[in-house]
Amino acid sequence: MTHIQFPIPDMTITDRREEIIAALAGVVPEECLIVATDQMRAFETDALTAYRRMPLAVVLPRSTEEVSAVMACCHAAGVNVVPRGAGTSLAGGAIPQEDAVVIGVSKLNRVLDFDRKSRTITVETGITNVAVSAAVAPEGFFYAPDPSSQLACTIGGNIGMNSGGAHCLKYGVTSNNVLGVKVVLNDGTIIDLGGDAMDVPGLNLLGLLIGSEGQLGIVTEATLRIIPTAEGARPVLFGFDSSEEAGACVAAIIAAGIVPVAMEFMDRPAIEICEAFAKAGYPLDVEAMLIIEVEGSDAEVDASLARIIAIAEAHGVRVIKQSRSALETAQIWKGRKSAFGATGRVADYICMDGTIPTGQLPFVLKRLGEIVAGYGLRVANVFHAGDGNLHPLILFDANDPEDQARAEAAGNDILKLCVEVGGCLTGEHGVGIEKRDLMGFQFTKADLDQQLRVRAAFDPDWRLNPAKVFPLEGRLI
Amino acid sequence: MQTQFSAAQLADSQTRESEKILRSCVHCGFCTATCPTYLLEGDERDSPRGRIYLIKDMLENDKPASKEVVTHIDRCLSCLSCMTTCPSGVNYMHLVDHARSHIEKTYRRPWHDRLLRRVLAAILPYPSRFRAALTLGRLGRPLAPLLGRVPGGDRLKAMVSLVPVGGLPRVGAEPAQQGSCTRRVAILGGCAQKVLDPEINAATRRVLARLGVGVVPVPDEGCCGALVHHMGQEDKALVFARRNIDAWWPLIEDGLEAIIITASGCGTTIKDYGFMLREDPAYREKAARVSALARDITEYLDGLDLPEGRGDTLVVAYHSACSMQHGQQIRDEPKRLLQRAGYAVRDVPEGHICCGSAGTYNILQPGFASRLRDRKVANIERTKPDVIATGNIGCMTQIGSGTDIPIVHTIALIDWAMGGPVPNGLERIAP
Ligand SMILES: Cc1cc2nc3c(=O)[nH]c(=O)nc-3n(C[C@H](O)[C@H](O)[C@H](O)COP(=O)(O)OP(=O)(O)OC[C@H]3O[C@@H](n4cnc5c(N)ncnc54)[C@H](O)[C@@H]3O)c2cc1C
Ligand code: SF4
Ligand code: SF4
Repeated sequence: MTHIQFPIPDMTITDRREEIIAALAGVVPEECLIVATDQMRAFETDALTAYRRMPLAVVLPRSTEEVSAVMACCHAAGVNVVPRGAGTSLAGGAIPQEDAVVIGVSKLNRVLDFDRKSRTITVETGITNVAVSAAVAPEGFFYAPDPSSQLACTIGGNIGMNSGGAHCLKYGVTSNNVLGVKVVLNDGTIIDLGGDAMDVPGLNLLGLLIGSEGQLGIVTEATLRIIPTAEGARPVLFGFDSSEEAGACVAAIIAAGIVPVAMEFMDRPAIEICEAFAKAGYPLDVEAMLIIEVEGSDAEVDASLARIIAIAEAHGVRVIKQSRSALETAQIWKGRKSAFGATGRVADYICMDGTIPTGQLPFVLKRLGEIVAGYGLRVANVFHAGDGNLHPLILFDANDPEDQARAEAAGNDILKLCVEVGGCLTGEHGVGIEKRDLMGFQFTKADLDQQLRVRAAFDPDWRLNPAKVFPLEGRLI
Repeated sequence: MQTQFSAAQLADSQTRESEKILRSCVHCGFCTATCPTYLLEGDERDSPRGRIYLIKDMLENDKPASKEVVTHIDRCLSCLSCMTTCPSGVNYMHLVDHARSHIEKTYRRPWHDRLLRRVLAAILPYPSRFRAALTLGRLGRPLAPLLGRVPGGDRLKAMVSLVPVGGLPRVGAEPAQQGSCTRRVAILGGCAQKVLDPEINAATRRVLARLGVGVVPVPDEGCCGALVHHMGQEDKALVFARRNIDAWWPLIEDGLEAIIITASGCGTTIKDYGFMLREDPAYREKAARVSALARDITEYLDGLDLPEGRGDTLVVAYHSACSMQHGQQIRDEPKRLLQRAGYAVRDVPEGHICCGSAGTYNILQPGFASRLRDRKVANIERTKPDVIATGNIGCMTQIGSGTDIPIVHTIALIDWAMGGPVPNGLERIAP
């Protein structure tokens, strides 16, 4: 699976490695600067492990000021920079380049301020997503966007990718929950974007920054909206005899104007894989399952569940199983959130991430199965059904180059299918390198050029994460 | 993950095993967040995923271990928190064992490091030597401040500071065996615990006697091998394992029901004998049988009908040793037993994170160990307990060195609730 190209490393930079390292050593202490090959190895990839590149050096600064100093240093030396959070990107967003310095925010992991009255929390961006919720849980709050990787991924990475999660159906994705950020620009300048309210005067540069995949600057602090924990929440498992029925049920629930907190889909292979790990009590005799969670008081939960169950019954649901305890609820979500990792027990996989109109679910699920079967591969489907965000996991053997090539080709066909039915190349994992070369399918040249012009306003020399997001050909400088 | 081993490399059974493990890791990073050293450092190299990756590179390329890689593998506590977290079932334990033995074979440590490791390996597994060393340690205590000045002196200082201050604790009365028992078990005598707190096994024998379970003596057993195993001295570990298997085997053939272990660190290793000796035709099957019979005392008692306790309301903070919750996946049994015995049991916040004891870790990595201890003690103290209970002697020493709250073995509290003596250290707070 090596057909995605990286830019050719700039020898004038790599030849000056010693000098650049010496300059970096002048701005950060020894324990924050990683230059030995044996140690940089740990940073050569993210969760898209088929692609790997050794960086020039890795720096793990401990403060915004250190990030700024390192950025200024790289800028002065004309060196590329790859920002990194926890390296859980599935799109290869955090993969280094031979001529680039990786700047990781993982040491920046403190909570700076918790404002109960205005319901905000200010954190350093190396903090993990789940640690934010944990910090405010005793006060009865949580941070809503919950990527399945929330245990590990950082707020910085979430902002980079505009990440979503199971519970974003109701509460929105990262961009709906970030109020302000502190950003270090390419030359080391520190700026603040947004504020601590939903609307601030002037251009909405915050909206531009969220999802910019480390191409506009390094975010070092963020003020996040936190939400009071609901009175109660109950996930319910719905088992169907076919994926198409489950897909049609999702479409009908959305069409009826019901917005559950979460509506997740798993097909049979995914159910088996997750149940084996989490022992969550998923039905093993069905072809597809929806996990639908509703929240509120007991009466509210019962009322919305009654409506959902009626729709499910009209779509041939065969098994309905409600969570009866906090422990069961935790297990149900643990199973869902471990889906990708647990798939590693049975095979290597590439995780696709495309979005389609929910009305197209039954058709796309069927077509998708055909596409993957056409390449002689297997697929496990587990995704955020409520917002039409598909995550087919294409199973293959990473030690077999031909299998890899087939898996990647199948993936591309699936993403094109998403665009064809009126959807989008990405849902929440970003573009990275993975979908970079497909951007032309989604956007016209005029669309892309305008994006490039805006990008250039922040980083005219393409120093920040240059291998990613935009096709290597046809870039405006 | 993709791997690149040659057919020749894969001819080696250990490499084959490691390749399988590496293949199952999907590099998702979930494990990083629950790794104690990553929590402290925020550095991929000190995370499970980072270590796995460094090990992969070293093994794939048949490289001798470099100083850089050794630094980060040495910092790993072998707490196995990463294994509990990993959705993909990556057996980090076997991978890091392989890495450690590779390091031992291919890397020459600085002299003071070699010396210290040799001393630890020569003393700790042998109770009489350990007892003598403790006496010396107590004598050496006044010298501690000077130790900071010699190479590796911070570790010597750590070692001396772990020596119990007030001499070794007293042991309560041993039970008279009650007639002929239908259930018969062996209790691992082990090594260091026997010296530091012989009362733990005495309490175990009393509890079992009350329940009508007979305990057969096993004269020839000893250290389980974990201490040297974690230092990468695989061959020595196997010698210990084989000796114990030989000691237990006649009893097993005679219908022994279980091998009871009261130090969870040892439990994890004995339960792994089957794997450790998989290539030894003479021992393979016996080892697997031994592993299958090994039970932590709380695991064993959980299957029996214990009397309900008298319900005095001592608040017990239960500290789950890593070897208990991660190594053996025993979580609820000890708490259930304590509750049934009448104690008010509190979970410790961040309970999945190691206290820094980890075998000889608190001696070999005093810096990380003391930061983890302080973090653990702060979390424990937040639950405002009267007493801390745990199932591993290493944790007792480690946590005990950082707090005034008494810390005792779970079995001591159960024994007490069933009419046994007041556990050592609880005399003042006993109701
Ligand atoms: C098992 C698994 C499950 C996942 N589930 C989900 C899911 O449910 N929903 C979802 O949306 N994603 C999911 N992801 C993808 C991934 O976790 C997210 O993209 C996450 O936000 C990445 O965070 P990170 O800290 O790992 O960032 P990294 O992977 O390190 O970086 C991601 C991108 O952000 C940039 N970046 C990182 N930090 C900063 C910063 N401080 N400032 C500027 N740019 C920065 C990087 O350059 C890169 O382009 C999953 C991944 C895995 C492995
Ligand atoms: S959680 Fe498991 S699969 Fe994921 S990186 Fe860690 S060891 Fe690998
Ligand atoms: S065993 Fe413990 S210290 Fe070692 S990598 Fe795993 S979690 Fe970290």
